[in-house]
Amino acid sequence: MSGYSILVDTSKCTACRGCQVACKQWNQLPGTVTKNTGSYENPVDLSADTYKTVRFSEGESGNGQPYWFFFTEQCRHCLSPGCMGSAEDDEIVQDEKTGAVVFTDKTKKLKIDTVRSDCPYDIPRQDPKTKVMQKCTMCNDRLNNGMMPACVKSCPTGAMTFGERDKILDACKKRVAELKKTFPQAQAINPDDVRVIYIVKDDPKKYWKFAAGR
Amino acid sequence: MTNHWIDLKNSDCILIMGSNAAANHPISMKWVTRAKEKGGKVISVDPRFTQTSAVADFYTALRSGTDIAFLGGMINYILENEKFFKDYVTNYTNATFLVTDKYKFDDGLFAGYDPEKRAYDKSLWAFQKDEKGIPKRDPEMKDPLCVMQILKKHYSRYTPEKVSEITGTPVEDLKKVYEMYSATGQKDKVGTIMYAMGWTQHTVGVQNIRTMSIIQLLLGNIGMAGGGVNALRGESNVQGSTDQAILFHIWPGYLKMPLASQATLEEYLKQSTPTSADPLSANWWQNYPKYAVSMLKAFFGDKATAENGFGYNWLPKLDVGQNCSWLNLFDAMYDGKIKGFFAWGQNPACSGANSNKVRHALAKLDWLVNVNLFENETGSFWKGPGMDPKKIKTEVFMLPCAASFEKEGSITNSGRWAQWRYKAVNPPGDAKPDGDILYELMVKIKDLYKKEGGKNPEAILNLKWDYDTKGHFDPHKVAKELNGYFLKDVEVAGQKFKKGELVPSFAFLQADGSTSSGNWLYCSSYTEKGNMMARRKSDQSGIGLNPEWAWCWPVNRRILYNRASVDLEGKPWDADRAVIKWVDGKWVGDVPDGPWPPMSDKEKTKYPFIMRPDGVAQIFGSGLNDGPLPEHYEPLECPVPKNLMSSQFINPTIKVFKGEMDKHFTCDPRFPIVGTTYRVTEHWQTGLMTRWQPWLVEAEPQLFVEMSKELAKMRGIENGEKVKVSSARGDVEAVAIVTTRFRPFKLGQLTVHQVGLPWCFGWIQPKDGGDSANLLTPTVGDPNTMIPESKAFMVNVEKIKGGA
Repeated sequence: MSGYSILVDTSKCTACRGCQVACKQWNQLPGTVTKNTGSYENPVDLSADTYKTVRFSEGESGNGQPYWFFFTEQCRHCLSPGCMGSAEDDEIVQDEKTGAVVFTDKTKKLKIDTVRSDCPYDIPRQDPKTKVMQKCTMCNDRLNNGMMPACVKSCPTGAMTFGERDKILDACKKRVAELKKTFPQAQAINPDDVRVIYIVKDDPKKYWKFAAGR
Repeated sequence: MTNHWIDLKNSDCILIMGSNAAANHPISMKWVTRAKEKGGKVISVDPRFTQTSAVADFYTALRSGTDIAFLGGMINYILENEKFFKDYVTNYTNATFLVTDKYKFDDGLFAGYDPEKRAYDKSLWAFQKDEKGIPKRDPEMKDPLCVMQILKKHYSRYTPEKVSEITGTPVEDLKKVYEMYSATGQKDKVGTIMYAMGWTQHTVGVQNIRTMSIIQLLLGNIGMAGGGVNALRGESNVQGSTDQAILFHIWPGYLKMPLASQATLEEYLKQSTPTSADPLSANWWQNYPKYAVSMLKAFFGDKATAENGFGYNWLPKLDVGQNCSWLNLFDAMYDGKIKGFFAWGQNPACSGANSNKVRHALAKLDWLVNVNLFENETGSFWKGPGMDPKKIKTEVFMLPCAASFEKEGSITNSGRWAQWRYKAVNPPGDAKPDGDILYELMVKIKDLYKKEGGKNPEAILNLKWDYDTKGHFDPHKVAKELNGYFLKDVEVAGQKFKKGELVPSFAFLQADGSTSSGNWLYCSSYTEKGNMMARRKSDQSGIGLNPEWAWCWPVNRRILYNRASVDLEGKPWDADRAVIKWVDGKWVGDVPDGPWPPMSDKEKTKYPFIMRPDGVAQIFGSGLNDGPLPEHYEPLECPVPKNLMSSQFINPTIKVFKGEMDKHFTCDPRFPIVGTTYRVTEHWQTGLMTRWQPWLVEAEPQLFVEMSKELAKMRGIENGEKVKVSSARGDVEAVAIVTTRFRPFKLGQLTVHQVGLPWCFGWIQPKDGGDSANLLTPTVGDPNTMIPESKAFMVNVEKIKGGA
């Protein structure tokens, strides 16, 4: 089983946040009440109502020019998911066909602290009322009906692409090689371990603290 | 746009200036990304490092309001280093033309300035003509009175050092941009410009775009795939509504609004129709009478006859010199001269410059009809901040209308593509499509006129008003009327047409009343072959013209001025990205700008810029109110004590409003910081439609003000803290975003700070979202268009006393 993958080429991302809103729309998640905290980033964290948020990170490069990096954070859908470590039954399942890692309602039996710390990327969140854990499903319902994930569908620039895993890995290699000509630090983040593969131009930590894992 | 969205992919170098396309036109970046994938370069020039800058190959900053200095420096660089495309410039522009010796330019003023009228006598900017009346040329471009030499002299003053001291852009950055962009002056290299309100909303807005047009002409980039001058429109159908004459000074299709001095149709047509003595000039506007009369026939049908001037006298006329643009309208409203107002699909209480003045102007009305989707700050102005409802007499009516998805019709996008849209769902409750509201309104007015009479009854009673099907507005009937009909059996150019048939293109329109066309530019959009706007054949091949996707004005021509994309033999300058070419005695490719053979056929050819009486593009232009060549002037409110280019501090032709609510301050210590406004991806226009959408409010919940770390430190402001931003006209509270993406500008010895705010918020919704940034902006406009100067004004930023 090779399943599917999503390639997130952050060098093409313009932070339009179409993906963030498309995720809410497809999954029918409510808009949460937020405040501006001195950044465009909002919501400022994932939650049971937010499976995906765009991280904004800025600073100065070596040449004194500003940089502004955008990192559309979501579950990586690991090939060997850490979050499944404390699962005993089918609280967390991996779809054999698509490869999507999906939380079921039975996650309410698991401990959020454990599941969260088992995730290298700090993705799982718990609904405070139902205790059910939530995160990106890779739109597994859409995948099983022949559609691409809602976030990928919404991306205007081609920063997000979706397809069979081996084809995505090929495209990833080519793009990193291309980017390295201009950005020597360009890299794909853990492409052999995850299905949602990010390409960055610079040190992943400059994008988001857990971009490449804890 | 001279070109269209998809065409951006064909460019070798895309300059994005006066626009944050990535945030405000997200889909455009699809095509910009395609260009980059093929090796194209992207340059971002903006006072602030934006989402667009983040994906650009090169970024540099300039102080708001100094674009002409920046681009004037580029013209100087192109001319000094001979980067221009000589064959193009000599054959297709007026660079070779000789101006008369009456023309002069001295210390910021052109010939013919009248300081009392704050206006020019433009006749002093004319060309020398030969005995036949054709402009004289110097093909060598050496005569000191030829346009090329005048251009050189004018812009030799814009040295990189001088420009840098005005713009605050480092000299090496200027040179880098000039070098990158002027590389497209080679015949097989193409550069394009993406601009938006960052260029237009200035007291030199039109001249900003003129400066870039001159650059594009010098580099031979107009008419080319991947080139052109591309305005990114701020609203999906702004192009369409402008085409249909939403503005005061035009009739549909950019025909002229008649003047009170033009007493008859004959006089109006004579004064509106340009002439040319040059047999090689197509002078397309010579067809003006055909378009004007066909429009009158569409308005008044059988009631319009040759005897009554086709109803010309029933239509309103402007007094000579009268300007009824937005700023003047609201000024008159504030003075109590306007009694009633339809605010239709707009929210002036937030969108109008100097919104405080606008809000108080609304209080002077007897009645206000607010046609919109939601409650908004305009309809509810009477209960807004600082208002006492008890003292306001204005009676407000709210008419709920359908959203775009709840009705059928066309929109015309920035690329001039008219695209037909079907209705997805019915409007909720009592909401109706705008077309129905208008239709019913006019039926009622006609009815009342019949019963009770009224002013100018002919216009109302003779108006042809048969656009319904079973009592409902029918967009197909209107679209057909815009296209136009044959009104009797006729034979035109050897082709026979029956009465009642749709006209196949504007080439068949007549001035004798035998044809109608509500808008000549849309003639061929809805023909006997069907609704061309509803076509949906996608074509990814070649340069991506997509000729059978929707329909594009004029006559489905996808790239304007495309006859300048070929050499004198009709061969494309750039064979790989050919727009048209001359093959076996005819043009193939895009719909050409006229059927005539290439320029080497000196008997039958016509010059390529067919809308100009001289047939060539204007590097030197005599039509604008503020000069034949762009010149740098400071914004009405600016941070510098003088204009380094001349002793003319501000644009000498702008109208300065002097009412009690029109205060302006330059170099005033109370307002020492340059302010600008912009938009965010998540909210549209004033946010009227988006501020009710929880996912969008979640992502962008509150008014913010972006500022540099240096300024924040000076004012003791922390990131995320609520601060007060004020101008001479008003103030707002906003969350501070302290960022390295704004930097102080070094102007010689002077350090200037700039801040920016989005104008998408309003006091009604969301709660604690803040109010409109237009409370800060001034009532002052460009002397040609009167678009307000919302992009450069002066403010202060301070901590809120007692606040956190």
